[in-house]
Amino acid sequence: MQPASETIAARRPGRLSRSAEPARRNFGDKAWAGLLVVLGAAVCVVALVIVFALCKVSWGVIERTGLFSFILNSQWDVVRDIYGALPFIYGTLVTSLVALIIALPVSIGLALFLTEMSPPSVRSVVSFPIGLLAGIPSVVFGLWGLFVLVPVLRTKVDPFLAKTLGFLPIFQGPTVGLGYLAAGVILAIMILPTITSISIEVLRTVPLSLREAALALGATRWEAIRMAVLPYARAGILGATILGLGRALGETMAVTMVIGNSPTISGSLFAPGYSLPAVIANEFAEASGDLHTGALAALGLILFGVTLLLNVAARMLVRLSTRGPVRGAA
Amino acid sequence: MSARLHQRRAVNLAMTGLCALGLVVALVPLVSVLWLVISRGSSALDLDFFTALPTPVGEPGGGVGNAIAGTFYIVGIACLIGVPLGVGAGVYLAERGGGRAGDAIRFTAEVLSGVPSIIVGIVAYGLVVLPMRRFSAIAGGVALAVLMIPTLARSTEELVRLVPGSLREASLALGVPEWRTSLRVILRTALGGIMTAVLLAVARAAGETAPLLFTSLNNQYWNWSPDQPTASLTVQIFNYAVSPYENWHDKAWAAALVLLLLVGALSLAARLLTRQRFGARR
Repeated sequence: MQPASETIAARRPGRLSRSAEPARRNFGDKAWAGLLVVLGAAVCVVALVIVFALCKVSWGVIERTGLFSFILNSQWDVVRDIYGALPFIYGTLVTSLVALIIALPVSIGLALFLTEMSPPSVRSVVSFPIGLLAGIPSVVFGLWGLFVLVPVLRTKVDPFLAKTLGFLPIFQGPTVGLGYLAAGVILAIMILPTITSISIEVLRTVPLSLREAALALGATRWEAIRMAVLPYARAGILGATILGLGRALGETMAVTMVIGNSPTISGSLFAPGYSLPAVIANEFAEASGDLHTGALAALGLILFGVTLLLNVAARMLVRLSTRGPVRGAA
Repeated sequence: MSARLHQRRAVNLAMTGLCALGLVVALVPLVSVLWLVISRGSSALDLDFFTALPTPVGEPGGGVGNAIAGTFYIVGIACLIGVPLGVGAGVYLAERGGGRAGDAIRFTAEVLSGVPSIIVGIVAYGLVVLPMRRFSAIAGGVALAVLMIPTLARSTEELVRLVPGSLREASLALGVPEWRTSLRVILRTALGGIMTAVLLAVARAAGETAPLLFTSLNNQYWNWSPDQPTASLTVQIFNYAVSPYENWHDKAWAAALVLLLLVGALSLAARLLTRQRFGARR
C-alpha cells in the first residue's frame, strides 16, 4: 500500500507536497503502530505485575521459613505467629477432587448428549441455561449452598452416606453439613458449565466422517461414540477437565461459605476444613501484621503457581486437539 | 446373533439415557438457585431497599443503596482502566499479532483468564492498598480491571478479525493512512461487537466478590471519593449471609436478587445488541 501513495505524491509537482505529506502520514502510522505495540505488551506487563506483586507481599515469610517448610507445616496459629500451608493445600485438593468426581461424568455425558444424541432444537434450547449457570456470581452460589445445600446434606445425604458407605473412613464421623463434601458439591455445580462447554467445542471438531464410518459398519450410536468419537477427542476432553480443575482450585466465595473454616486436616469428608482461597478471603482484610499478611500472600503464590501450571497444560491440550490432526492431514 | 444385537441396542439405550440424565442433573441446581433467590429475595424487596442505607442489626427497613452505587462506581473505575487496555491489546493481536510476539501475548491472555480472582485481589492490595495505606474504591477498580483485560483482549481480537479484508483494502486504496483506516474503518465496523464484549465483561466484573474483599472493603455510608473504602453489592451479600442474624439473611437473599437482576440485565443488553447488529447487516 505504501509504495502506491508514495508514487502519487512523487508525481505531484512542488517541494511541499512531495516531502511533507508522506512524512506526516508516516508519523501517524508509526505512532499508531507504536501505540498498538504498547497496548499489546500491556497483557504481558499485567502478567509480570501479578508475579511481582505476589512475590513482594509474600517475600518476608518465604525468606523467613523457606518455601518447603512453609508448605509442609500443618500448623496455622495466628496468635503465636506460626504459619503452615498444609491444611489449606489439603482442603483445596480434596474439595477439587470431590468436585471433579461428581462433575466429570455429568458434564461429559451432557456434552455427548448435546453434540451426538439430541436433535439440534434441544441443543439450542439447552445452551441457554448452561450459559446461565456459568453466569451466576459465585457469592450467590455460596448463599444457596449455605441455606439450601448444607441443610439438605446435614439431614439427608450425610446420614444416608454414613449408613450405606459408612465402612469407608471418608464417610465417618459427625455430620455437620459444613465441610469438604458441601464445598465439593458446590464446586461441582460451578465447574460443570466450564467442562461441558469446552467438551462440546472439542467434540464439534471431530470429523463427521469418523462417525459415519462407524455407523456404516453397523455400530450403534453409543458404539460409534466409544470407538470413534471419544478416542479422537480424548486430549481435548482432558484439557477441559484440567481447566475445570483450575477453576475449582481457585474458586473462593462459595467454598468460603460452606467449607466450615477450620484449619485442620481430617480424613472424613463430613468434617469441616479450609481451602487456600477461603483462608485468604477470610483473614486477609483483618490480618494482624506483616507476617500474617505475608503468609496469606504466600498461600496465594502457591495457588497462583499451581493454577498457572494447570492452565498452561490445559490450553496446550485443547489447542493440540482442536487443531493438530486436522491440520496435519490437510 | 440376535441376542447380541439386542444387548448392544440395550447398552446404546442405557447410555443415551444416562447422558440425558446429565442434563437433568445440571438443570436441578440451576432451577433451585433461581427459584430460591426469586422467592426468598422478592419478599424482602421494596423501593427503600434500592435507595436506603443499611440499618444496624434488629432495626427493620434499610437497604443496600450505597452498595448498588458502589458496585457501579467500582466497575466504572475498572472500565476506565481495563477497557482501553483490553480492547487495545485485542486490536494489536488482530492487526499485528501474526508473529511470535502475537502468539506469546495470545497465550498469556488465555492463561491469565484462568488466574483465580482472589489472587488478583492480593495483587491490587500490593499495588494500590499498601502504597496508599488504605482500602479504596480505586484498588477494587484496579483488581476488576486486571480481570477484564485478558477476556476483552481475546474477544476484541476475534471481532476485529471478522471485519472483511475488502473494507481495509478499499480504504487504503483511497489513500487513507493506515492508522486512520484502523480507527475509522476497522474499529468502527467492529464497534457493535466490541460493545457487546464490554457489556459481558462488565456483567462478569459486577458479580465478583473475592477481589473486592480486601481492596475496596466495605462501607456503611455513601461514598464517592475514589480513595475511600466503598461498599459493593457482592461483599454486602457475603457479609449478610455469614452473619448470625435472621433478618440479615433475608437481606442477603434480596441483595442476591438485585445482583442477579443487574447481571441479567447487562447480559440481556449484550444479547440484544448482538442481534440488532446482525439484523442490521442482513
